[in-house]
Amino acid sequence: MLDKADGQIFTGNVRLVHAVGMHARPAVKLTKLAKKFQAQISVRVAGAPEWINAKSVAKIMAMRAAHGSTIEIKASGSDAEAAVAALVDLVASDFPDGAG
Amino acid sequence: MQGGAAGLAYRGRTASIGFAHGPLVRVDAGAGGERVAGTLVEEALALRKAIDLASGQIADLAASAGGEATQILEFQVALLEDEDLIEAIFASIGDGRPADVAWRSTLDGQIAEYNAAEDEYLQARSSDLADLRDRVVHILRGDAGEPLKIPSGGVVCADDLPPSRFLEIDWSGGGGLALLHGSPTSHVAMLARARGIPMVVQLGTIPDAGTTALLDGEGATLELDPSAEQVRIFEKRRESHRKSRASARAILRRPTASWRGEHIKLLINIQRVDDLDHADAQYADGIGLMRTEFLLAGRSELPDEETQFQAYDSVLRWAGQRPVTIRTFDAGGDKPVPGFTQDGEANPFLGVRGLRLCLARPEIFAVQLRALARAAVRGNLKVMFPMVTSADELEAGRKLFADIVQRLQADGIAAMLPELGIMVEVPAAALAVSSFKAAFFSIGSNDLAQYVLACDRSNGALAPLMDPLHPAVLELIARTAEHGRRAGISVSLCGDMAGDPRCLPALLNSGLRELSVNASALAQIKQTIDRLSSGGSVG
Repeated sequence: MLDKADGQIFTGNVRLVHAVGMHARPAVKLTKLAKKFQAQISVRVAGAPEWINAKSVAKIMAMRAAHGSTIEIKASGSDAEAAVAALVDLVASDFPDGAG
Repeated sequence: MQGGAAGLAYRGRTASIGFAHGPLVRVDAGAGGERVAGTLVEEALALRKAIDLASGQIADLAASAGGEATQILEFQVALLEDEDLIEAIFASIGDGRPADVAWRSTLDGQIAEYNAAEDEYLQARSSDLADLRDRVVHILRGDAGEPLKIPSGGVVCADDLPPSRFLEIDWSGGGGLALLHGSPTSHVAMLARARGIPMVVQLGTIPDAGTTALLDGEGATLELDPSAEQVRIFEKRRESHRKSRASARAILRRPTASWRGEHIKLLINIQRVDDLDHADAQYADGIGLMRTEFLLAGRSELPDEETQFQAYDSVLRWAGQRPVTIRTFDAGGDKPVPGFTQDGEANPFLGVRGLRLCLARPEIFAVQLRALARAAVRGNLKVMFPMVTSADELEAGRKLFADIVQRLQADGIAAMLPELGIMVEVPAAALAVSSFKAAFFSIGSNDLAQYVLACDRSNGALAPLMDPLHPAVLELIARTAEHGRRAGISVSLCGDMAGDPRCLPALLNSGLRELSVNASALAQIKQTIDRLSSGGSVG
């Protein structure tokens, strides 16, 4: 996917397998990991009208992603591709301890 | 103590089980004084400093608290590092607001948003935000945030108590927590349970008096300035709770329950996937009833196959080799689902509900059956149909299911037909139980009793008649168990009776050897069976 102005936008989809959905612990891990990247990263529950800053824990929590929902991720910037891959991996592997 | 609080008792909701008897200590939120605002730059600096200080304090608390508390406090630190949140506050200072006002109004906005959420979990998180809000406000106002001085064994009474204040209290001498508001799913409740501190929430209003308190986390009561007689009864309850809990925990860890030399399988009922987080769930012999209606709740549309598959699969993964019995959608009756159940039935309990509804809406049922067929290859899955009246219904469900499995396999998708059983809850099914070609039976004693006794179980006026130990109910249970025994088919019971110690002798005597209860009742039921087995009473 190519964006005319800002270079490439990378995207990914991942299913939230965490038993209780996007609660405090997973939300903290997700934002911590997102902050390791320069890229601008946004997420949303599939089909939701608004994209949310993946580095804001307050907004990630308020997104109320339920168990089994699909999370869409998009990123732009120098390390966008790695950022999307890392976040998809974090969610898919159910937020293991030590990650993020 | 005329006009005081002497002898008054208040009831709330249990957040953490246990008992505390000690001085009543009131903790106020502490409105604090006003502070004098400086220039824009000074205000911005003051907030930056306060945030850094708060961050350090919380990190220190997290380091000393450990475990569960660390995760809770990490969430607060993450909020302080949330640039979107913090930038909005600095912008507000830039508009001329003092630091404390800007901070407070932004946090209040977030808190209101969390409070407006539908799920209790997110609502409960608002107290974390309030905790953070107050900490930073205290720092900005120059309050030292003096640690709470709680006398040993004190019963702390507050509107709500933030997790960080809970952690500042020295609980090593015991004590308890009585909250006028609060929630059993709040972080502070999780901390109280982890520490074994009794906690009762939602006590409402209590008088501004009282010096000693009795807090019973089990009965969810708070008694103020108790009489000697109240204290005596309380101490008796505390002692019997202590004994019973110690032996229940020990018994729970034993491999299997047995009664008169026969193994009794104890399984658990779950309403949703996170019920498996209960600490006692691991000791169950399997899952006797996984309800699937939670998949239908709180969504604008019915759940797709993948969502369902993930839920079933995560439960099967948890169970490993142990059996997992999943009940297909039991909608209708008192569980209406928009877009699925039928509106305007004159008598929904006798209407199109359970399997009747699923067979009437095959396009919805097929999605669930596809997800179940795929999950069946992932573990020890059994599937049961609710509200079955005649053998034809079971066969119609089986045919739909078998066709779906065949189609999935033809498409190269791993799938299989799991063992199929039925709920025995319609009296006709109990009476004609031998006519069903089911792989297992599970007695739904709540509905069975309601239909046999002709009593709406939600109608309080009928409570005295609504007796699950009525001979007619027991007769149907015994017949079902007897049929299972003769035909070599497993029969379990998954209604409230199974979790009620008073019903256990009758259930065991009627021939049942499998019971399914909520995880929270598992220890007590295992203990009761143990007592009955050694000739004791239900206790």
